[in-house]
Amino acid sequence: MTTATLEQVWVALEGLTDPEIPVVTLRELGILRDVRSGPDGLVEVVITPTYSGCPAMGQIEDDVRATLESSGIAARVITQLSPAWTTDWMSDVAKEKLRAYGIAPPHQTKPDVSVVRFMRRPAAEPVACPQCGSTHTVVSSQFGSTACKALYKCLDCQEPFDYFKPY
Amino acid sequence: MSATIDYLLHLADNAVVLGQRDAEWCGHGPILEEDLALANVSLDLIGQARLLYQRAAELKGDGTTEDQLAYFRDSQAFRNYTLLELPHHGALVGYAVADRDYATTIVRNFLYSALMVHVWDALQTSADSELAGIAAKSLKEATYHLHHSRDWLLRMGDGTDESHARAQAAVNHLLPYTEEFWTVSPAETAAVEAGVGVDVRTLRAAWDALVNDALAEATLTRPQVRGYVPQGKVGLHSEHLGFLLAEMQSLARAHPDGCW
Repeated sequence: MTTATLEQVWVALEGLTDPEIPVVTLRELGILRDVRSGPDGLVEVVITPTYSGCPAMGQIEDDVRATLESSGIAARVITQLSPAWTTDWMSDVAKEKLRAYGIAPPHQTKPDVSVVRFMRRPAAEPVACPQCGSTHTVVSSQFGSTACKALYKCLDCQEPFDYFKPY
Repeated sequence: MSATIDYLLHLADNAVVLGQRDAEWCGHGPILEEDLALANVSLDLIGQARLLYQRAAELKGDGTTEDQLAYFRDSQAFRNYTLLELPHHGALVGYAVADRDYATTIVRNFLYSALMVHVWDALQTSADSELAGIAAKSLKEATYHLHHSRDWLLRMGDGTDESHARAQAAVNHLLPYTEEFWTVSPAETAAVEAGVGVDVRTLRAAWDALVNDALAEATLTRPQVRGYVPQGKVGLHSEHLGFLLAEMQSLARAHPDGCW
């Protein structure tokens, strides 16, 4: 398997978007982790689940398989748990696309804080309204329309909006 | 190998049973946001259970599937904490007038997620690399579950007389069941010896600190606990698990060869 061929697989999969957030691609979200040559020479496409119970993962795997098939590419799809997916893998371009789509993009996670962080909830970073940019916003619910989003409301423009939670 | 499988089943059964309980609020939440929240928490838990059952099935290596582990084992085979199978109310919840008492649900989710943030944190270095991967994901989810339940615990405890009384009744009812966390089962001992599991007793001080801090902030009292220690994780369950499984497993058992 030559590098050029792996590049073709990347190109074939480049257009695949998230089933629930159709403005960002799987690659931009960090779900599509790798395209590589397997030990037997077969192409391996590595994807990683977001939330453990994300119902979109089955659809994503199907979409990857269907795209590979329609492009005439023989490949194996591998679901890899480790390292665990994080919203930090989301590219800046993807975050900007989310904002334009009306979803506030995630803040950076803070992975190095010890378990003591669970004692009290840390002061929440302000989440900017994707419509008007105001940080005068409140959380309506930590759990929103999908596993990965929280529900917010802007107190200036009064618009309710989704916030892609840091994970 | 069998030590790892038994331990995975304990973790998976915990997740699937609480996932099923929390899902009972779907369409019945006290407010729309909480309806969504409980459905989301449930989805995370069932997702964790699937990953754990898949790993257990893979290690069994005899063609067993995740569905067989979840839907075709009977209550004696389940290794979940008794706490998680209890209904959303209890004999000691004197203020519960409806079938479901939200304070009971919230207190249970709090007591369990306060444990699981520490369990998943420790299991990130499990000798079973797949379990370590599942733990790293589950830790992020358990953190959100803990924030959610802790916020509501404060709101209820430090709320009206009615909400305070219900939250206190739920704490009094459920806290004794947490003694089971600290009584190590043979499966846990074997998993710890294999480097796969965590000795829960080492997490007790951290759990106590979390619980005491939240109860104090919620103006609730921690009851003295003594007496019978439940043994769900060795397969001795309350009568409630049978009813829960009957509902959860009925579809799969009616259509044993069905697939999605």
